[in-house]
Amino acid sequence: MNILVCVKHVPDTEAAVKIAADGKSIQTQDVNFVLNPYDEYAVEEALRLREARGGEVTLLSAGPEEAKKSLRTGLAMGADKAVHLVCAHRHDTLTLARALAAAAGQIPFDLILCGKQAVDDDEAQLGVMLAEALSLPSVSAIVKLEVLDGKAVARREVESGLEVVETSLPAVFTAQKGLNDPRYPSLKGIMMAKQKKIEEIACAQSDSQVEILDLAYPKSRSGGKIVGQGAAAVPELVRLLHEEAKVL
Amino acid sequence: MPIPDLYRLDELFTEEQRLIQRTVRDFVDEKILPGVRQWNRDAVFPVELIPEMAALGLLGATIQGWGCAGVDYVAYGLIAQELERGDSGFRSFVSVQNGLSMYPLLAFGSEEQKDRWLPPMARGEVVGCFALTEPDFGSDPGGLITQARRTAGGWVLNGVKRWSTNATIADLAVIWAKDEAGVIRGFLVEKGTPGMTAPEITGKLSLRVSVSSEVHLDDCHIPAENALPGAVGLKTALMCLNQARYSIAWGAVGAALACFEEAVEYAQTRIQFDRPIAGFQLVQAKLARMWTEITNARLLVLRLGQMMDQGKAHHAAVSMAKRYNVQTALETARTCRDLLGASGIVDDYHVFRHMANLESVYTYEGTHDIHTLILGQELTGLAAYA
Repeated sequence: MNILVCVKHVPDTEAAVKIAADGKSIQTQDVNFVLNPYDEYAVEEALRLREARGGEVTLLSAGPEEAKKSLRTGLAMGADKAVHLVCAHRHDTLTLARALAAAAGQIPFDLILCGKQAVDDDEAQLGVMLAEALSLPSVSAIVKLEVLDGKAVARREVESGLEVVETSLPAVFTAQKGLNDPRYPSLKGIMMAKQKKIEEIACAQSDSQVEILDLAYPKSRSGGKIVGQGAAAVPELVRLLHEEAKVL
Repeated sequence: MPIPDLYRLDELFTEEQRLIQRTVRDFVDEKILPGVRQWNRDAVFPVELIPEMAALGLLGATIQGWGCAGVDYVAYGLIAQELERGDSGFRSFVSVQNGLSMYPLLAFGSEEQKDRWLPPMARGEVVGCFALTEPDFGSDPGGLITQARRTAGGWVLNGVKRWSTNATIADLAVIWAKDEAGVIRGFLVEKGTPGMTAPEITGKLSLRVSVSSEVHLDDCHIPAENALPGAVGLKTALMCLNQARYSIAWGAVGAALACFEEAVEYAQTRIQFDRPIAGFQLVQAKLARMWTEITNARLLVLRLGQMMDQGKAHHAAVSMAKRYNVQTALETARTCRDLLGASGIVDDYHVFRHMANLESVYTYEGTHDIHTLILGQELTGLAAYA
């Protein structure tokens, strides 16, 4: 079973993100980038499927030169191959999904796994758009995946419950936290990843259809307010929660 | 808030080195830090983590072949640093398995010995230990009195060893003893060999997450093939110590960083006189000094690691790093304990455990003073040991 895993190189969730001077992008200098955490679940699931059923795991990532680092992490976890779609500038997700679909067309696969979202822009769109661009079914935010002959059964999280979905293969699945416990790249894996070649594909320089106009920081939180003490303060507290905070 | 990387030390490491560091860091965060307080209270080393450390490739990490990962010495240093950020006990375990058990096999063992022992040691199935120190011979190992006498089929060992990390749980001991001619030699003694027992030393107030043992050898017969053919002379034992000292010098950085990060965060959030104590000059003076010292220590071991990789590291350079870095870490831990005030003495925080551990680290693998004398001799040509 050949599995394609789409991964993204994103700022570390612990990094303090700052807006760049142009006001439309983030400062990448001094920010540590990592393999998107949700993509780690996707890679892990692919490795487990390969271990159970044979085949190859190929990683695919679009992005600048730096994106190779996350491909290297996935290779160190145990993926067999990696393809880097070299894109100098940022694309909107639909354009990106089409570019990835074109690249995926050159790689044999029985199923595709992605993280359910990237933790940088939090769009949670790519996996589904990729499926659409490839005319494949998709199941998003899965927490369990069982592959049978020519089909798969996935469990996905829905509001206050689980949904069990059966689909034909090939299909695209996006991984939610809980799908598995991703392995640490072992020292041997890291040393072997050094020997694995990352294939490069040039990105067709189509224009982005979405433009970021402005980035802003969330409002900084101010300190709490003490309304009063004891039962006498309750009516005022309720009033403020209702009228000011608008949570009641 | 993470500590700013003012000297951009991260840029001095390769992509592989940083990935290896990240793997060990994640392992420490997820598998060691949640349990370490209880293990320290109970004075137990969690042997259940040995297979996990083996699966990551930490055991025999620098060895090429025999199922080992074959990473460079700088990467190995980062492994030691990250492990000791968790607890000195884990770094000690790996230092002993790698530098004091697998290294002597690699450097002084026969091909049969290497093929038999290195693969299961890399897999964590065989735990090694090293026994040189004796109750009456610590800083002066050349005086050791454990005897090795030739027999018809091999050797018989008699003597007492002390302060051997892991001996109680070890499957294979590297024992140093004097032959009839007074030459120090290294021997392999397998667990269960009649005449060898390894009781654990209890009552330790330091390195509680580590097994420290005595080794009693009472007419312990071993076959001829268990002598390490190349391990002849005190120098060969000291070569093993050099390996361990290297990882200690890196590990100390990890313990220092753990204390420092905890102290900075504490100082930023602890309010006295209506402001965080981090805003007071006396506190900032301590932080600035520690940060500089830790940066020094990190640069020192990085250069040492590069020299190890080039085969150019002089043993006195290893001594300098062990001496300086452990002292820096111990002083950092004490100062951080001070910054945490009364909170610094309870195990809700890590600082006291590190501080107590570092008292052992200051003493083992060549005391601070012995390394001072090694440097003194290198500098003047005059030995001042006796």
